[in-house]
Amino acid sequence: MTRLLAALGKTTLGTLAALGRIAIFTGQTFGHLLRPPFYPREFATALLQIGYFSLPVVGLTALFTGGALALQIYSGGARFSAEAVVPQIVAIGMVRELGPVLVGLMIAARVTSSIAAEIATMKVTEQIDALVTLSTDPMKYLTLPRVLAATLVMPVLVAVGNVIGIMGGWLVATQRLGFNPTGYLRNTVDFLELHDIGSSLAKGAVFGFLAALMGCYYGMASERGAMGVGRATKGAVVAAAVLILAANFLLTEAFFSA
Amino acid sequence: MITITGLTRSFGTKQVLRGVDLHVPKGQSMVVIGGSGTGKSVLIKCILGLVTPDGGTITVDGQDVTRVPRDAFLARFGMLFQGGALFDSLPVWQNVAFRLLRGSLRRPRPEARAIAIEKLRRVGLGPETADLYPAELSGGMQKRVGLARAIAAEPQIIFFDEPTTGLDPIMAGVINDLIREIVTEMGATAITITHDMSSVRAIADRVAMLHNGKIRWTGPASQLDSCGDPYVAQFIHGSPDGPIETLR
Ligand SMILES: Nc1ncnc2c1ncn2[C@@H]1O[C@H](COP(=O)(O)OP(=O)(O)OP(=O)(O)O)[C@@H](O)[C@H]1O
Ligand SMILES: [Mg+2]
Repeated sequence: MTRLLAALGKTTLGTLAALGRIAIFTGQTFGHLLRPPFYPREFATALLQIGYFSLPVVGLTALFTGGALALQIYSGGARFSAEAVVPQIVAIGMVRELGPVLVGLMIAARVTSSIAAEIATMKVTEQIDALVTLSTDPMKYLTLPRVLAATLVMPVLVAVGNVIGIMGGWLVATQRLGFNPTGYLRNTVDFLELHDIGSSLAKGAVFGFLAALMGCYYGMASERGAMGVGRATKGAVVAAAVLILAANFLLTEAFFSA
Repeated sequence: MITITGLTRSFGTKQVLRGVDLHVPKGQSMVVIGGSGTGKSVLIKCILGLVTPDGGTITVDGQDVTRVPRDAFLARFGMLFQGGALFDSLPVWQNVAFRLLRGSLRRPRPEARAIAIEKLRRVGLGPETADLYPAELSGGMQKRVGLARAIAAEPQIIFFDEPTTGLDPIMAGVINDLIREIVTEMGATAITITHDMSSVRAIADRVAMLHNGKIRWTGPASQLDSCGDPYVAQFIHGSPDGPIETLR
């Protein structure tokens, strides 16, 4: 029993220590924001990698989710003869919650893992050390462009995801559930408020920040060898996913509990 | 001029450096020899600040390396890593010209590329390698690209961590000559780590042997054979019998 408790306590302390290190890491990243030199090339590459190349997976995720959502709301709504609310609920469900969260989780899977694996490999093959000897700050050259790009590009991805998700719902509703195509869209547009959209994009920015930051942090903290890279990648994805979900709860609380 | 006094460093419970004292005069070529795992790589990483020492001091031109502005300090150094440490996301020429493409030494891209191709030529690589990626090169070629990168910005102080391992004897000779040339012609200060005794003789003004966390012997290269130290003698003859333990 005490052994179990001790293990639990050790994990808790370890997590707290990691949180402290992550906070310091975040501070260092921001510290580089305004101090030159800047690396526009790295930033552009990061935008392309994180934003543009994530579009297919974001689109597919949103499309299927929007479709499934329409089906569920229709059959659930039928229980109290409220089938007509499909457009409104799909819109609000997608924009407020599912859009940002699913895109965030897909980015954690796709971007956090690749950032962590790349930086961890650079670390174990001494490329990070080589950067330092070439008078280049790894935080500035590797971390900042990725974190900045993810933070800026994620709202765009979330917006795209929202639109495609709503289109998924629209497709299913008009093809299978007999909704009027223009009426469905009008209901969606009329129902959504600016606040919904703004909160959605803000969530996106926060999730993008967390996803890239975790990739960079775990990559930089990687231990030696292939096992170190594997562990860094796993840790980064898990941390990013958990932090995204936790942040989602806090942000929802902040935006909508009034 | 590099002066190291009482340098210590442990990893976990393992004491790797136990008080290293070493002096490298300006414009000289120092070769560090010693068994595998004795901490030679750690020693030069300490000088560059890549590994933080537990104790002791390191000064370069009289200035404590922990107290100098990092950027200006590192701008004077070049380093060839034991594993090459090439950036595999960049083509070969951008690896070589890395310093020349950004930061204080920045030049126009065509000029940087021309310098990179010239440095590649000096390490025996043709211009056709310039646009390849490091993963497309053999181990020895990667090593030479790393060497070209280390010398690209013409640093005043250069560290070579096993520059000739993995090279054929002819290419090893070319690289030895190149290092010698850099020291004599450019007046650079060099520390080279090597296991290759023909390299030692070709490159070294002075030799230091690291053993058991300390400098066991140091002196001019000409005295290497007649120094009378049994450890050094065993090492340079590659004999299994002697004071250095070989676990089997
Ligand atoms: N980052 C590190 N973490 C843990 N141990 C390390 C680390 N770096 C070096 N060591 C240990 O320090 C010792 C010396 O390593 P170093 O790489 O300096 O050896 P070396 O003399 O360069 O050997 P070789 O000739 O084989 O390259 C080794 O036993 C190694 O296990
Ligand atoms: Mg070594």
